Amino acid sequence: MPTKTYIQAIAEATIEEMERDQSVFTMGEDLRQSVYGATAGLVDRFGEDRVIDTPLSENGFFGAALGASLCGMRPIVETVTSFLWVGMDQLVSQGSKMRYMFGGQAELPVTFRVRMFYARGAAAHHSDRNYPVFMNTPGIKIVCPSNAYDAKGLMKTAVRDNDVCLLFEDGIALSSRTEVPDNDELPDGELLVPFGVANTVQSGTEVTIVGIAGGVQHAIDAAKVLDAEGISAEIIDPRTLVPLDKESILKSVAKTGRLVIVDPAHKMCSAASEIAAIVAQEGFWDLQAPIQVVASEQINVPYSPALEPLIYPTPEKVVDAVRTVLD
Amino acid sequence: MTLDKQQLEEMYRRMCRIRYFEEAVIEIHSSGELIGPAHPYIGEEAVAVGACAALRDSDRIAGNHRSHGHPIAKGGDVNRAMAEILGKSGGYCKGKGGSMHLADFSIGILGESGIVASSVPIATGAALAAKLGKQDFVSLVFFGDGASNQGACHESMNMAALWDLPVIFMCENNGYAITTSYKNSVSVDHVSDRASAYGMPGVLVDGQDAIAVHEATSEAVRRARAGEGPTLIEAMTYRYEDHSLGLDRIRKSEYRSQDEVDEAMKRDPLPIHRQAMIAHGFATEAECDAIEAEVHAEIDGAVEFARNSPFPEPGELYDDMWATPV
Repeated sequence: MPTKTYIQAIAEATIEEMERDQSVFTMGEDLRQSVYGATAGLVDRFGEDRVIDTPLSENGFFGAALGASLCGMRPIVETVTSFLWVGMDQLVSQGSKMRYMFGGQAELPVTFRVRMFYARGAAAHHSDRNYPVFMNTPGIKIVCPSNAYDAKGLMKTAVRDNDVCLLFEDGIALSSRTEVPDNDELPDGELLVPFGVANTVQSGTEVTIVGIAGGVQHAIDAAKVLDAEGISAEIIDPRTLVPLDKESILKSVAKTGRLVIVDPAHKMCSAASEIAAIVAQEGFWDLQAPIQVVASEQINVPYSPALEPLIYPTPEKVVDAVRTVLD
Repeated sequence: MTLDKQQLEEMYRRMCRIRYFEEAVIEIHSSGELIGPAHPYIGEEAVAVGACAALRDSDRIAGNHRSHGHPIAKGGDVNRAMAEILGKSGGYCKGKGGSMHLADFSIGILGESGIVASSVPIATGAALAAKLGKQDFVSLVFFGDGASNQGACHESMNMAALWDLPVIFMCENNGYAITTSYKNSVSVDHVSDRASAYGMPGVLVDGQDAIAVHEATSEAVRRARAGEGPTLIEAMTYRYEDHSLGLDRIRKSEYRSQDEVDEAMKRDPLPIHRQAMIAHGFATEAECDAIEAEVHAEIDGAVEFARNSPFPEPGELYDDMWATPV
């Protein structure tokens, strides 16, 4: 089976969905030159009407994408986590609310591809991992692929979904390779990964490690270290945060009795906080030790290479957390 | 004049419908039956009606917080609008939206928005869908002089002009953003002066004259359908009531004088239209009286419909959240 990078997977999903459905088009900043790597060659293939370079107007073009989606189109919008703040009014006041507010009349099939850069010396304005903010915003589906296979399959599901989807593309996973089947190798001829179904990355018996987005790789790296010490870890990747497959997490905790959550977001009101709350409320009697959260420090991202690495989760921090719950 | 008797009478009917609807809302609010805020459109009826008279059912409109008049002008159902304002299950949005979020997608009403100017990008996007999908409709967005200062307006107008989108930006300049006057908030004499900055026509029109608004909108619609791009129209109008029902603090303030209000009310859009029809021989006094009586009965019926409509059941709380179920 061929291996592909995360960016290749996103590019393939985009091309396949645009070929399948004429109402799908892409818009964003600098798409035609593929500044962020996932839209190379698109304009030659599909033309300028379907690959739109926008002005630097996130609030304006987020809203335009939403408006177009109300009238039969299926936009894929490319942007960056930090620019979500600029378009927040349209995203939240309109995107998340129109359907409910209008009693179900609106369908908003927009996929926002949100590049999540961090851990690369870009300082506080270009290092946001802000998906938890949108977990606190009813009406938006939140997709966090941790690898190329999921990136392709979840992206294709997002484009076909009739609600606003934010797909967070984890910056530290972009060049990672995963086996991604070609369509002719698949029984249905295409790769679709459903929302709300967690992936058990590896089975284990002594501790459950839930990883979010890039946190999954830290969990995998930590599990190797733990395995060498004879500790068996089960790794769960929820893949989507809204909807969240809490049953798979609770089931795993029922088996292992211990939970560590690895989340690149800032720890206060993070995805990890929510998962910890769910397990504390619904799986408390299965727990043999307090839940541990490995998330980013509650501080803005500093620029200096001497400081920035201190704030994020690492495999070492995950190993330490597992030792704590096993202590 | 391009309008015929039937069209002119229908315009008058819809202006009366808005006026009497709003009067009923005020009455219901003062009785305590209506809890939330509501922003009366009284005094501005000619703008919505003149503009919508130039549109087809398939054309899209989007509104704002002061938006009972826009869907009514587009042909919306006053029963369902009134029921929505009372939070009833028979309302346009089954009680989920209320006064600031009336919508009827079946006749192109893409919904109102409580965040000032936030419908402007939505309408621009609807026009983008018309262009990209080669669909035969235009979109028109109603916004105020206050909204004209939002970045969303600037961004949308730039994109619309850049891409020649079939959208009409209809600014209802009623002189005030709540209590802040136009002269204290806009740097140019007219919002329509800003059109030249985007390379689109800017048209100033008397917003108390529905026929004049219709003419200006018709030309903008013609341009839009011909692929010639957007137009910014500024309709000069006046808000008779204060900003919102229930905001007594504003009601008592002195941001505008009674003399100013009295002076503005001398140019009431309903008699202006009625007299124009009669003067040009399109209708008689008796015919106009009959329309008024019919609409009064219609609004009485709407209030009754709304009162009789049940409230939504608690079990409906989580309905209408997702289009693709989770």
